[in-house]
Amino acid sequence: MAGIPSKLRYRPLNLARWLIWGLTALVMAVLPQIFTQGFAITLMSQMGVAIVFALSYNMLLGQSGMLSFGHAVYSGLGAYVAVHVLNLAGSGQIWMPVSLLPLVGGLGGAFFGVLFGYVTTKRAGTTFAMITLGIGVLVATCATMFRDFFGGEGGISTDRVIGKPFLGITYGPGVQVYYLIAIWCLVSMALMYAWSHTPLGRIANAVRDNPERAEFIGYNTQRVRWFTLIISAFFAGIAGGLSTINFEIVTAENVGALHSAYVLIATFIGGVGFFFGPIIGAIVFTFFVVALSGYTNAWQFYLGLFFVLMVMYAPGGIASLVMMQVQLIARKRFKRIAPHYLAAGASSLVLLAALILTVEMTYQLSENSANGTLINLFGVHFDAAKALPWAVAIGLWIIGAVFFHLARKRVARVWGEIQTELLQARA
Amino acid sequence: MEFFVISLLNGVSYGLLLFMLSSGLTLIFSMMGVLNFAHAAFYMLGAYIAYSLGLKLGFFPALFLAPLVVGVLGAMVERYGLRTVHRYGHVAELLFTFGLAYLVEEIVKVIWGLTAVPYRVPAVLDGPLFTVYSTEFPKLRGFMMLVALLMLLAVYLLIKRTRIGLVIQAALTHPHMAEALGHNVPRVFMLVFGGGTALAGLAGVIGGVAFVTDPSMAPSLGPIIFVVAVVGGMGSLAGAFLASLLIGIIQSFAIGLNWSLSGFLSVLGIAVNAHTPLYSVWKMQLSEVAPMLPYLLLVLMLIFRPKGLLGTRAD
Repeated sequence: MAGIPSKLRYRPLNLARWLIWGLTALVMAVLPQIFTQGFAITLMSQMGVAIVFALSYNMLLGQSGMLSFGHAVYSGLGAYVAVHVLNLAGSGQIWMPVSLLPLVGGLGGAFFGVLFGYVTTKRAGTTFAMITLGIGVLVATCATMFRDFFGGEGGISTDRVIGKPFLGITYGPGVQVYYLIAIWCLVSMALMYAWSHTPLGRIANAVRDNPERAEFIGYNTQRVRWFTLIISAFFAGIAGGLSTINFEIVTAENVGALHSAYVLIATFIGGVGFFFGPIIGAIVFTFFVVALSGYTNAWQFYLGLFFVLMVMYAPGGIASLVMMQVQLIARKRFKRIAPHYLAAGASSLVLLAALILTVEMTYQLSENSANGTLINLFGVHFDAAKALPWAVAIGLWIIGAVFFHLARKRVARVWGEIQTELLQARA
Repeated sequence: MEFFVISLLNGVSYGLLLFMLSSGLTLIFSMMGVLNFAHAAFYMLGAYIAYSLGLKLGFFPALFLAPLVVGVLGAMVERYGLRTVHRYGHVAELLFTFGLAYLVEEIVKVIWGLTAVPYRVPAVLDGPLFTVYSTEFPKLRGFMMLVALLMLLAVYLLIKRTRIGLVIQAALTHPHMAEALGHNVPRVFMLVFGGGTALAGLAGVIGGVAFVTDPSMAPSLGPIIFVVAVVGGMGSLAGAFLASLLIGIIQSFAIGLNWSLSGFLSVLGIAVNAHTPLYSVWKMQLSEVAPMLPYLLLVLMLIFRPKGLLGTRAD
């Protein structure tokens, strides 16, 4: 092979990649034309912010193996820097177009990434996780103490409509904000994807998989982690800047532990093993939170349970589940397993109904008991203090569990058969 | 002098409570390599279960029963949860316990409600134990210290003087050899996890009466016991003991002192007023920054001595 001149290297245009990115851009551009209600626009704006945030988080967790419990520190502090700059610009003390504000947030996030990252990335693994938790609490405590910068309980509010309209853009209407977020989201997505192919991105993968070997071939693993964290903090800061524009307020919650937990949960649910995993995760998570919190006060319970089940039974997240089916579809085996999926899905719906019934009744009896024990679930009215609904719940649990157990066994068996067939076909 | 004695006593009793939690955490970590993120959640469960049991049985039976219930729950979590995710590695285990901590908090909210439950001190433990100059030292604080010390002694005797303790020690350092000799190491793991969570539950029963029993008691204490584990040195029981006392004492002294940087600067002859840059930093009093101190200690420790006070390994 040595004799072949380099200009003859065959390098086809990666059509699929251009297609996927083009389609993503198209979908993002068209969506607000289809869903024009204010509610939908706000939801999609939140999803855009969450996508940038989750992808920046996956730079740490998925690409470099750093489990952080304090990522909201970077997005939150970025948001605070952005809100102060926006307020200065609003009062005319500095010149700053709102469109570039996320960049300010990003630089703010990166600054704190340099500062805190130096301490946190000294260690890896479990200890790294704990230090990020400590730093997270440290910053969250600061947020309640230093009122000048963090604004105390009420946070710091702002107004995104400043200066003269530029080409008719004022950022007053939600749709304009959506498009700003969409553009920043697309650019950040592309940049983060490109980053995963740079030498730093590659060596970050090596540090994740085998830090000892990475050190033996001459890389300082600590510095690789630090640089990765700075870049990740930069993108988290962009997400913070975008949320500043979107909500026009930044409070101590933005740097809080709950915010850090949410980004971890969203990223993990989507799947840390694939680049597109966190994107799915951010979309599903945001939808889940916004849709569910309107219906039930116990939505965080369902979220936590969903997360724990994912960790136990699908550690690759939704993305890996999807990719497993794609493999089956590509080999024309999906039809054989589909009926069993259907059976498992139906029985898990029964289990879900049992769960919802139990949780909502318990909740009604404890927290809501001041409002009486009458409960309205999916349009059915009943009394949570009576024995009948509890008997129904227990019945559903038993029926669901038995059928789910049977269906699961069958799915596992058929799945195993197909895998053996595929292996034999290859051999 | 009065301030000193009372702060010291308060600090030591709080430190001992921290040690009841961090000892279980450290035992579990050094044995299984699992950092139990949900440890404080078991502490909270201990308080709530003791409250519910105490309504029917009284405080003291609940003091014994609640840790048992929590320990059984912990053992079940290990058997049916942790063991499943064990094959995916330490990050997955950490994520599992993180999710569990979140879930337990929500379960507590669903069952016992969002606000604090009226978990009160029993009449026997109400009132002052003794008086230092003019400040009273409550009986409950004394009881807290007594239980912690008894527990410390019991755990020490269990590990050093009994057969099961011998197996635990063997499984700690040479799990494969212990398994080859016919000991059921996974069961030992389950027992240690259950035992560690039972200790957390016991701490919860006492912490619940001494402080407040509400759904935020786990997330507010959880990070501090991790600080203890890191500052003491990961996996070192003696280190955890030292760090617990250190943090307990630092916090109880800091709450009572109104020193600030501006006061310190004025001693040096530098005047600070409202026009000085960063005035909000200079005027901050020590009592105000008290909740921050453990985390500052953590950061300083990691910069200057990454393996912790008595730790042996740096990663």
